Amino acid sequence: MSELGFQGDELRELQRRLTILKIGLLLVVGLLGLRLWHLQIREGPYYRDLSQSNLTRSVVLEPARGLIYDRHGVLLANNVPSFSLYVTLEDVDDREALIQKLVALIGLDESRLRKKLSERGGKLVQRKVKDRLTLREAALIESHRLDLPGVMIQAESQRNFPTGLTAAHAIGYVGEVSADQLEQAEFAELHQGSIVGQYGVENTYDRFLRGRAGQKLIEADALGHEKRTVSVEKPQAGDDLYLTIDIRLQQLAEELLGEEAGAIVALDPTNGEVLALASRPAFDPNVLSRELTAKQWEEIVQHEGRPLNNRATQGQYPPGSTFKIAMAAAALETRTVERSTQIRCAGGYQFGRRLYRDWKAGGHGLMDVTQALVHSCDVFFYTIGQRMGIDTIASYAKQFGLGSPTGIELPSERVGIVPSTDWKEKVRGEQWLPGETISASIGQGYVTVTPIQMAYLIATVANNGVPIRPHLVRAVMDRVSGRVVELPSVPLSRLTFKPETLAIIRNALAGVVTEGTATRAKSALVAIAGKTGTAQTAAFRSGPEKDIPKKFRDHAWFVSYAPVEAPRIAVVILVEHMGHGGAAAAPLAKQIIEAFVKLTPYEPRVVQSGLNVGQTLAALRAQETHD
Amino acid sequence: MIDRVADSRQFDSFDWRFVAVVGAILAVGVLSIYSVTYAQPGGGLPLYVKQLIWILIGCAAFVIVLLFDYHQIARIAYTLYVIALALLVVVLIIGKTSRGAQRWIPIGPFAFQPSEFAKLVLILVLASYYARAPREGWIQRVVLPGLIMMPGLLLILKQPDLGSGLSFLAIYAAMLLVVGVRSKALGVILLFSLMLFPFAWEVMWGSLHDYQRQRIMSFVDPDYDPGGKGYHALQSRIAIGSGELLGKGLYGGTQSQLKFLPEGHTDFVFAVFAEEWGFLGILVLLALFVGLVILSLEIASTAKDMLGALLAAGVIAMICFCVVVNIGMTAGMFPIVGIPLPLMSYGGSATVTTMAALGLLLNIKRRRLTLFY
Repeated sequence: MSELGFQGDELRELQRRLTILKIGLLLVVGLLGLRLWHLQIREGPYYRDLSQSNLTRSVVLEPARGLIYDRHGVLLANNVPSFSLYVTLEDVDDREALIQKLVALIGLDESRLRKKLSERGGKLVQRKVKDRLTLREAALIESHRLDLPGVMIQAESQRNFPTGLTAAHAIGYVGEVSADQLEQAEFAELHQGSIVGQYGVENTYDRFLRGRAGQKLIEADALGHEKRTVSVEKPQAGDDLYLTIDIRLQQLAEELLGEEAGAIVALDPTNGEVLALASRPAFDPNVLSRELTAKQWEEIVQHEGRPLNNRATQGQYPPGSTFKIAMAAAALETRTVERSTQIRCAGGYQFGRRLYRDWKAGGHGLMDVTQALVHSCDVFFYTIGQRMGIDTIASYAKQFGLGSPTGIELPSERVGIVPSTDWKEKVRGEQWLPGETISASIGQGYVTVTPIQMAYLIATVANNGVPIRPHLVRAVMDRVSGRVVELPSVPLSRLTFKPETLAIIRNALAGVVTEGTATRAKSALVAIAGKTGTAQTAAFRSGPEKDIPKKFRDHAWFVSYAPVEAPRIAVVILVEHMGHGGAAAAPLAKQIIEAFVKLTPYEPRVVQSGLNVGQTLAALRAQETHD
Repeated sequence: MIDRVADSRQFDSFDWRFVAVVGAILAVGVLSIYSVTYAQPGGGLPLYVKQLIWILIGCAAFVIVLLFDYHQIARIAYTLYVIALALLVVVLIIGKTSRGAQRWIPIGPFAFQPSEFAKLVLILVLASYYARAPREGWIQRVVLPGLIMMPGLLLILKQPDLGSGLSFLAIYAAMLLVVGVRSKALGVILLFSLMLFPFAWEVMWGSLHDYQRQRIMSFVDPDYDPGGKGYHALQSRIAIGSGELLGKGLYGGTQSQLKFLPEGHTDFVFAVFAEEWGFLGILVLLALFVGLVILSLEIASTAKDMLGALLAAGVIAMICFCVVVNIGMTAGMFPIVGIPLPLMSYGGSATVTTMAALGLLLNIKRRRLTLFY
């Protein structure tokens, strides 16, 4: 064992070496200390900032979008929680197993799920793999939470339209703000992914409805899971809207149109409040407010009924005989005819080589302006049109609002055409032909109008020459303060007609229903006035109506108001390709007017104008919160 | 075989100081592991409890090693080395692969890391070789022990486990220094070039392109930072730096608590401690490690014989190397290689091995006055 002991000066030599080792080690530890001093003391504040920014991140708190009610407080648009399923790949150990589990659990489409998970993007990104989970699906996921690492359910707010397709065109739908919109000043405060109104009052009143986003500063861990809230700036809910629409009339109007394409507008002629604005076919705003696939979108856009087209404000049709109201006013104002001036109708009007037929073979005989309106005598209007000339006709048509937007709060309102010599030169580069005046005199030829324009026209007549801009929103309610701002109706300047002119016309329109072309609109309940129209769609026609392919058949018009003495409602009906206005359109107006009268008991005008809408709305809201 | 001295329950003040320093470092380690992992959900025992169990087993190993005379232990060094090599072969066959490296032999719920055990055995083998080897001759003094080390080193690098491989080299270099090869400079240079590897590497490493670094690292050590984006290294630097002078307090380390810092309970436990206790805490911790090393060096220089001195030097080299490289790596002076911080990082094999090694140190000290037979 002795060889194990130290030999000679080995011990001293060893101790010397160990001293070298000790000094070396202390030097190295000194270097480490220096490095740590550098990190913690010299650069400490820098790393402190880095660790702060590491853990705090800001989260946008989306505001609750304002609700939309009808005029009586029936809910038309609200927000419902919707559950979406997210997967964060960073937390997923076995992707294949996760896919199998999700497929087995809630029946996700396997190939789609796989595609979504393999899309580009960081591992930390939350990928939405399914939206609108049912409660059952959400519960299944939650109960298997521990088996599904990296899977998360998030509650989101989804715009919901409880009435579905009803009033879809008026209410509209919402969607993510587009890249183009983000560049506009109006949307400057929004961010990618914000929800904005894309149609209807959702669009035009978006700056009221959208509210203001809040911000939450959170402390998050490396996986982005929220650990602690640092500060919260609450989002501000959007304002609620009270529409002028009466959902009961709206539903009736849509039922009456049924499967037919067309539009119905009902409004209060005294204040311009739109009571119903129907357009068929309609779309489901609940569907359009979701993320659509390109294919779904294509299906909607290419649908032959063009459901996205709001026929009430964007459909441009020849007004047909409803145009004769403007014609009569023009003739009386220009004294082309007097109240008693008679013109003989022999069933046709010869102009040059062409004979312009009256709709009634054999003619109406002697007609004054009242009778001409009541029986919709074409020859009478051919004659006065020819006498007045197109430019005079155009100037009176324009006074009734034709050719310009009514100003209703809906996007992309169309204006139709009020032809004149200038117009034709500008647009067509051609001279006006005298024969074209004859077609225009009965609302054919170049003349086109929208149903809402006709509503404006008939309401102006009903309101004794005072036009009022039609509007859809009655009041805006600040959800935070509860303050209600009523939106006043906008009376425009009274038409400078002789009182007699409108009196004659109104008398004649009453006659249309009692003894003229619209006797099918005659009601036992209330006296209705109106004018039928039949808008030709094809120049060439032959044979009986039922043999003509439907798409070439005439559009049926009826413009009306009631009660005759003190009008409270104006109704415009347009049904595409349904033939005669008197047969296809007038009965619908009657039903709407009768429903209106039943639903809305007559209130003396004074009381109505003194009604405090604010109080009513507040009461309605209070009622809701009790429910 | 158990000698009377070991039976004695009489610890002198040196022993108590030694045990106190080791105990303090262990306590700091458990506290840091607790701080990082207490809030983490998960079944089974919490990690800090598991670590406490490892420490208890480590204490048993410490006492067992203390009970036998180190000469007895050195006598079975080669047998142990063969066992260690066998285990290193076994791990390559049935070992558990984790993050691209095959390092663990699963035993029930636990995993045993043979490379840790092999480090301690290497110290025993080299020390007993040198204690009996001729005092002259380049081949006998340098080449032969190198050849003895080689199979273990190669098996470890095959896993691959760069950290343990470098530890092997450090132990070998320390032995060369202590036995005094013909050219003393060789040992000094070898050992300190290993110690200074962090600083040198910083320069070399810094001059490489990202993709080159990535290739090198994924070849030698697939453990960390596979993206080569320096995420882990940066998060570790942020953790340490943001601790500043006083630290963020216990449980206050946002980097580690919120999991920005990976491996907070294992290889990066130093960063956790630095974040929560700041520069002052680090000074205390470094003082504890320096104290341990000074006490250990005292044991080495007062050892009764060459074998004791060599064993002590080997243990010192193993522990110091791990401490320096681990701290250097968490402080961003060194690429990240998987080397745990002795006595602090969570891990059964490393904790038990280190405590057994410390038992060996105290063994040498306690037998410096006895006569052996």
